[in-house]
Amino acid sequence: MENETLGQIFIITLLSSNFVLAMFLGLCPFLGVSGKLETAVPMGIATSFVMLVASLCSYALNALLTHFGLEFLRLISYIVVIASAVQLVEMVMKKFSPALFRALGIYLPLITTNCAVLGVALFQTARGYNLGQSVAFSLGGGLGFTLALILMAGVRERLKLSNLPGVMEGTALSLMLAGLLSLAFMGFAGVGVTR
Amino acid sequence: MTTNTKQPTNMEQFLEGIWKQNPVFVMVLGMCPTLAVTVSAFNALGMGVATTFVLVFSCALISLLRKQIPKEVRIATYIVIIATFVTLVDYIIQAVSLALYDALGAFIQLIVVNCIILGRAEAHAAKNPPLSASLNALGMGIGFTIGLLALGSVREILGAGKLFDISLFGANFQPWVVMVLPPGGFFVLGGWLLFFAWLAKRKEARHGK
Repeated sequence: MENETLGQIFIITLLSSNFVLAMFLGLCPFLGVSGKLETAVPMGIATSFVMLVASLCSYALNALLTHFGLEFLRLISYIVVIASAVQLVEMVMKKFSPALFRALGIYLPLITTNCAVLGVALFQTARGYNLGQSVAFSLGGGLGFTLALILMAGVRERLKLSNLPGVMEGTALSLMLAGLLSLAFMGFAGVGVTR
Repeated sequence: MTTNTKQPTNMEQFLEGIWKQNPVFVMVLGMCPTLAVTVSAFNALGMGVATTFVLVFSCALISLLRKQIPKEVRIATYIVIIATFVTLVDYIIQAVSLALYDALGAFIQLIVVNCIILGRAEAHAAKNPPLSASLNALGMGIGFTIGLLALGSVREILGAGKLFDISLFGANFQPWVVMVLPPGGFFVLGGWLLFFAWLAKRKEARHGK
């Protein structure tokens, strides 16, 4: 894992091991916000930004905690850092785009409990990525999350116009759709891997 | 459920999470671990038990401290409490079963961000005495475990022809590999939700007659 180039890490996390569709991270916002394209895009961008901040902070924190031999505090400190990063994004968004702030509603503070954000921090620690690799990993993950969200929102906007049997409506249908998307993304398996 | 009292009994609060408010099938919460770890029934059981442990103990502690925690910082407090118990579970699993620890990986630590736990803390434990809070949390945990097992066993049977690592169909079985791959998780959960939606529709139709 340590020998992967930055480009490889980025492509792999973006496509073949996409955060949402292959690793099941961040499913709550994926199912919750993907109803409309106009909320899906800003949600994806906000989450990607938080992921980047969380990745940088947790890299620094991990170095600090390892230095003092306090690894057992890792999880607690990560989650506190992520919560503060989300608060920051929330404040910035409220200041510059109140309309967007209202549109995202409850899902904005919920980025704190988005597995994808904590996932970035935990996986980069578990895989022993260095600073550059961590940044590539979080960028790939964030963009992959946005990509999945946009694809899903596009399909769901079309589906609103179609006639469905009553039983299919709601979450069951979204999950089936996600399954099909995930199947499609499996076609990327092997992309970015050196032979 | 026919009692007229405003206060539900402890038994009802316990049963609520298992059926009426099942976190996996009714509320569709905590999806990430649900789908990621349920490639086999054993992993599903391990994840369910770990989550139940965290759920019960953090809800009990939050309920004990509910009068001390200031309202403004309650979410942060809950998360720190939950993270503490998750760290405990992480080390316990590492000590008890290294195989399970390797199989679940980072998803044990991701229990922190499982919406079920924070949801229970906010909606129930913060308002109720410790006994009722822990019973409710235990019910939710068991309901979650049942949901995970339902997914995990279907995926393991179809995708590997086994259940709890015991071969079911003999050597000639051609495994339906996609079921243990990521898309299978979405399909199986979607299938279960369809099944429950169909059940609910049928019940409604019967009551209508």
